[in-house]
Amino acid sequence: MKRAKLTTVAVAPKKPAQYDLRLYVAGQTPRSLQALRNLKQICEQHLAGNYRVEIIDLLQKPQLAAGDQILAIPTLVRAIPKPARKIIGDLSNVERVLVGLDVRPVE
Amino acid sequence: MPRKIGGSLRAGYNQSSMPATSKPTSNLPKVPTGINGFDEVTFGGLPKGRPTLVCGGAGCGKTLFGIEFLVRGATQFNEPGVCVTFEESADDLAKNVASLGFDLKRLERTKKLVIDHIYVDKNTITETGDYDLEGLFIRLNGAIDSVGAKRVLLDTPEALFSGLSNDAILRNEMRRLFGFLKQKGVSAVITGERGEGTLTRHGLEEYVSDCVILLDNRVQNEAVTRRLRVLKYRGSTHGTNEYPFLIDEQGISVLPITSVGLNHPAPQERISTGIRELDRMLGGPGYYRGSSVLVTGTAGTGKSSMGAHFMDAACRRGERAIYFAFEESPDQIIRNMRSIGLDLGRWVKKGLLHIEAVRPSTFGMEMHLVRMHAMLQDHKPGVVVMDPISGLVPSGSLHDVSAVVLRIVDYIKMQRATGFFTALMAHDDMHSTDLSISSLVDTWLLVRNIEVNGERNRVMYVLKSRGMAHSNQIREFMLTNRGVQLREVYLGPGGVLTGSARIAREAEERREEIVRRREEKKREAALRTSLAAVEAKLAALEAERNGYKAELQSVVEEDSARRKAIFVDRQELRESREFKVNGPVKEKGPLAKEVGL
Repeated sequence: MKRAKLTTVAVAPKKPAQYDLRLYVAGQTPRSLQALRNLKQICEQHLAGNYRVEIIDLLQKPQLAAGDQILAIPTLVRAIPKPARKIIGDLSNVERVLVGLDVRPVE
Repeated sequence: MPRKIGGSLRAGYNQSSMPATSKPTSNLPKVPTGINGFDEVTFGGLPKGRPTLVCGGAGCGKTLFGIEFLVRGATQFNEPGVCVTFEESADDLAKNVASLGFDLKRLERTKKLVIDHIYVDKNTITETGDYDLEGLFIRLNGAIDSVGAKRVLLDTPEALFSGLSNDAILRNEMRRLFGFLKQKGVSAVITGERGEGTLTRHGLEEYVSDCVILLDNRVQNEAVTRRLRVLKYRGSTHGTNEYPFLIDEQGISVLPITSVGLNHPAPQERISTGIRELDRMLGGPGYYRGSSVLVTGTAGTGKSSMGAHFMDAACRRGERAIYFAFEESPDQIIRNMRSIGLDLGRWVKKGLLHIEAVRPSTFGMEMHLVRMHAMLQDHKPGVVVMDPISGLVPSGSLHDVSAVVLRIVDYIKMQRATGFFTALMAHDDMHSTDLSISSLVDTWLLVRNIEVNGERNRVMYVLKSRGMAHSNQIREFMLTNRGVQLREVYLGPGGVLTGSARIAREAEERREEIVRRREEKKREAALRTSLAAVEAKLAALEAERNGYKAELQSVVEEDSARRKAIFVDRQELRESREFKVNGPVKEKGPLAKEVGL
């Protein structure tokens, strides 16, 4: 099985990011890839470069699961702004993701 | 499967608790839990490498069961464990079980245990779309691999159902979880809260099919008894009864007591009753060790005092004794027994005697039994006194009490301890107890009151005593300041004589005895006088005889001297005559002189 790349995807690092997000996955499953695709789209559309996304593959760093109390895969953690929030699932429902991130959708 | 259980007495259960046709061993590999008594009920423990569901209502001891499984595994069987708690935090858990002597933090430090607290805060989670619980699996897997765990506790994964809303996914993941545990080859305990009409709220029993254990916390007669039942154990025989269990400072103790059988040893040794006259009534040495003794009687007949004597005698021999008192406090017992000259207080101080005073209504019957079991195991007494067993009746139905007493009698026997039970009887002259245990005991003593001549006196007799010659006599039973004393009773014209009638009779006998003595002395003196006279006569005769003897002697001696002289003279004469022929006479003999030769 191909492993997902453990990379920090700094999509728009020009100014301090208002949103610090972490996406937890376990290997390159179709669901994870789907979640990643959905996340990219939502970020580009609604966060307007004001974000940072870290993708963590628990197959490679299982010890990181406990810190954020990761249970479900995939889980998107909004680390900043506080308080932390979690969105689990493949992020297919954009409206619910935005509610979860507490972000107002861009009209 | 080797059973490595501490208690030496436990061996007896295994042989007796199943019918002879079904062998308690099975091919299914098992892993001993180390929980007191549980491994006997299941003939070895939980299924090895498989999940076991432990379910029950709130506060029934599910978590504790699981924790003890892990702790015993880590400390006694060298099997590290993983505890995944979904409800309590690791700190809370460690604090809660510290009172039972389980030091989870130390086990964590020594890599014997991993505790992972997994919680789901519904408020901070949004669900969107498809997901699985791979994160849980990864964490569990990591924890198991980090210490090489052989045992896992999940307490309780049902909490996920309240945190996550997608039941379909959760069910699927639960199934996957149990499959995962099996595949890892760990022996797992999964707890589940009891639901209405189902074993667990979310139907965990659907996924765990190998072994299901039900814990129960029931109120009966206003007293709570915890019970455990093995609902299902695929591929293995198991005890099917409800077993009462106890949670105390040592953790869980399950008692497979319903299965005590009749295979206790019968020692030959006899031990003193503490009352010399009673020992004699039983043929000398007293009760058999390991037998059970019942004393029945109406109120105030001295039953407890006999028990106190028995314990005192045991402590004097250096044996331990336990006194289960249902009516008096320890202080009161010690004070009261001092009045009949028994100092039980010093034995208590020495640690030989343990007085356990508890009102029968404090617990349910089973709880009493469980506590007694635990105490017998801790204290390992040679003598157990229960006073009175009839006091237990108010706390349970007659049937329950009989069953419990039967078990305790059997259990005491199996411990090779001697049981001494007292029972109060409402009426005199009843040859059976309410509890119908009289047929169970080996020695039955009966104490009763006799009212006559305006007095109430106690008498005692041996109703039965298996395996030993015993007196058929009724004895008067007296409580004196030097303890219990038994006196022979007298048969008078109006029946048996006791109390002052007996004392009068005894005085009369003493008087008669004095008169008899005096007469005997007189006769003796007369005979002595006659004897002395005869002896004097004999002495005189003896003297006479000696005189004659001496005279005779001298006569005989004179005679022989004379004869000798004659002979010599004749010889000389002959010699002188011969001289005339052959030569001169040298000398004249006396005879020759006399004759004038």
